[in-house]
Amino acid sequence: MATKHSRAAARLMISPAVLLLLGWMIVPLAMTLYFSFLRYNLLMPGMEEWTGLTNYEFFVTDPAFFTALLNTLLLVGGVLLITVIGGTLLALLLDQPMFGQGIVRILVIAPFFVMPTVSALVWKNMFLNPVNGLFAHIAGFMGLPAYDFLGQAPLASIIGIVAWQWLPFATLILLTAFQSLDQEQLEAAEMDGASALSRFWYIMLPHLARAITVVILIQTIFLLSIFAEILVTTNGGPGVASTNLTYLIYVQSLLQFDVGGGSAGGVIAIILANIVAIFLMRMIGKNLEA
Amino acid sequence: MGRIVLNKVRKSFGEVEVIPPLDLEIEDGEFVVFVGPSGCGKSTLLRLIAGLEDVSSGAIEIDGVNATSKRPSERGLAMVFQSYALYPHMSVKKNIAFPMKMAGMPVAEQEERIAAAAKALNLTDYLHRKPGQLSGGQRQRVAIGRAIVREPQAFLFDEPLSNLDAALRVNMRLEISELHQTLKTTMVYVTHDQVEAMTMADKIVVLRAGHIEQVGSPLELYRNPRNKFVAGFIGSPKMNFIEGERAASRGAHTIGIRPEHIDLSVDPVEGAIVGKIGVSEHLGSDTFAHVHCEGIGLMNVRVSGEADIHAGDTVYLQPQEHNLHRFGEDGLAITL
Repeated sequence: MATKHSRAAARLMISPAVLLLLGWMIVPLAMTLYFSFLRYNLLMPGMEEWTGLTNYEFFVTDPAFFTALLNTLLLVGGVLLITVIGGTLLALLLDQPMFGQGIVRILVIAPFFVMPTVSALVWKNMFLNPVNGLFAHIAGFMGLPAYDFLGQAPLASIIGIVAWQWLPFATLILLTAFQSLDQEQLEAAEMDGASALSRFWYIMLPHLARAITVVILIQTIFLLSIFAEILVTTNGGPGVASTNLTYLIYVQSLLQFDVGGGSAGGVIAIILANIVAIFLMRMIGKNLEA
Repeated sequence: MGRIVLNKVRKSFGEVEVIPPLDLEIEDGEFVVFVGPSGCGKSTLLRLIAGLEDVSSGAIEIDGVNATSKRPSERGLAMVFQSYALYPHMSVKKNIAFPMKMAGMPVAEQEERIAAAAKALNLTDYLHRKPGQLSGGQRQRVAIGRAIVREPQAFLFDEPLSNLDAALRVNMRLEISELHQTLKTTMVYVTHDQVEAMTMADKIVVLRAGHIEQVGSPLELYRNPRNKFVAGFIGSPKMNFIEGERAASRGAHTIGIRPEHIDLSVDPVEGAIVGKIGVSEHLGSDTFAHVHCEGIGLMNVRVSGEADIHAGDTVYLQPQEHNLHRFGEDGLAITL
């Protein structure tokens, strides 16, 4: 991109892709915004009319709204906490030279390749089920009563399932970060009298900062819109105990046929995602510089 | 204080024996240089002393105490790495403070030592910068600063100058020598550059394939190399080796003559080696000539000052008889 001419040519050639992507984003966004201001119920076709902010008012005053908002944040925060801490420790472990390293690494990555619906089904029926689940069997073996995970602790169970899916991703990214750490730095720290724990805290962790930032940002994008796991396991219940914003929008627009209300929820979800993004960039964005 | 004794130290990586049993004594306050071609085990030997590698057998004694199974941090040694191994996310000050922080030293004393080290190494203005914002020479000085604040019993240097450009290398060489004179601490220095070895060392240890070929002061090695390897490795340009009749007539299998011990003349001389100059390098202070000699091959000759010789000239070479080195068939020097 040395000359003015080549810069202009580059802009020209990149513009079709940019325009396509822009349209891809703008059209649904504009439609959602438009619908959110309409009284648009699928049970009353042809009766759409402008209602201003009524949809928003109804969505926000829905008793489930604040629970859903809180659940969304708990889900994102809980999964991030588990995957970042667990991923760091797992990566540290996998970075050690050992027999069968290649196979172990592939096994660790495996959960990431299982699609969410399937993994949720497997967890629901084979692990968490209070009658047939593995955990129930283990509890029975030890003479304990079976625990109904999805009934008693629905949100925590879903956090566990989602964390299980995302742990490999975090591990993979952090493992590559570990591998790029200069061994001489660790040796220097060892000479400097740093214990294994100090070496981890003062040398490895700062080195991982950028990778951890990437993990957090990417995961947040996906975790804000967790849906399949909830639909398959708890259907958002019991009550609204495991309903997040995405699921609430689904209930609003597809179970109650209220497209207008659902659109208003979608716009609120977009605003929430942006607030989260701003907070994250403020907190950890500087790790991505330089 | 910093006396280091290696007793039958052996190191093997699996089947490969990198260092066969080796004995070495490093006296307190000495500047010892390990020199040898790459892959000769000199860095491994240094890492054994540092404790970053475990010895396969044998013992390492530091300051009269058996340190063989001690951890690196307990040996009281400081090391400067080839890549400097600075902590990139810490400022210069924090880098230098790190070993003291790990030792749990009071902050006031830390500050004092940092200030002293920074002053000695000209780093005072850079204390708040990150290593990434420093030049190669400055990073090197930070690495040294991090080593000296610990007041170790000995410093270990692992090819510290090999990442610097030529001019800076000469400067840093001088600075490290000066540092040694002020601190009077034992220093062990690894390099593949024989010029660094010759200029800095009190004692040079020449290594080949894990074996110590010879130990001695720079001039000892220069004057009396024990074998052909040392003779060829020490001194620049390299010593010339002549085999065959000329060597046999002097009672040796090979004779060696340093380029600076050959008299070169453009006028015919009785009994001299006749040759044609291939390449001549004019440095001003010296002139190096690569002379193709019949029956001998290439001879390096060094002439003091600006000599008026050029490629293609026919020259006559006379090795100085009293500076000849004689080697037997086994490569060992023959002493008269």
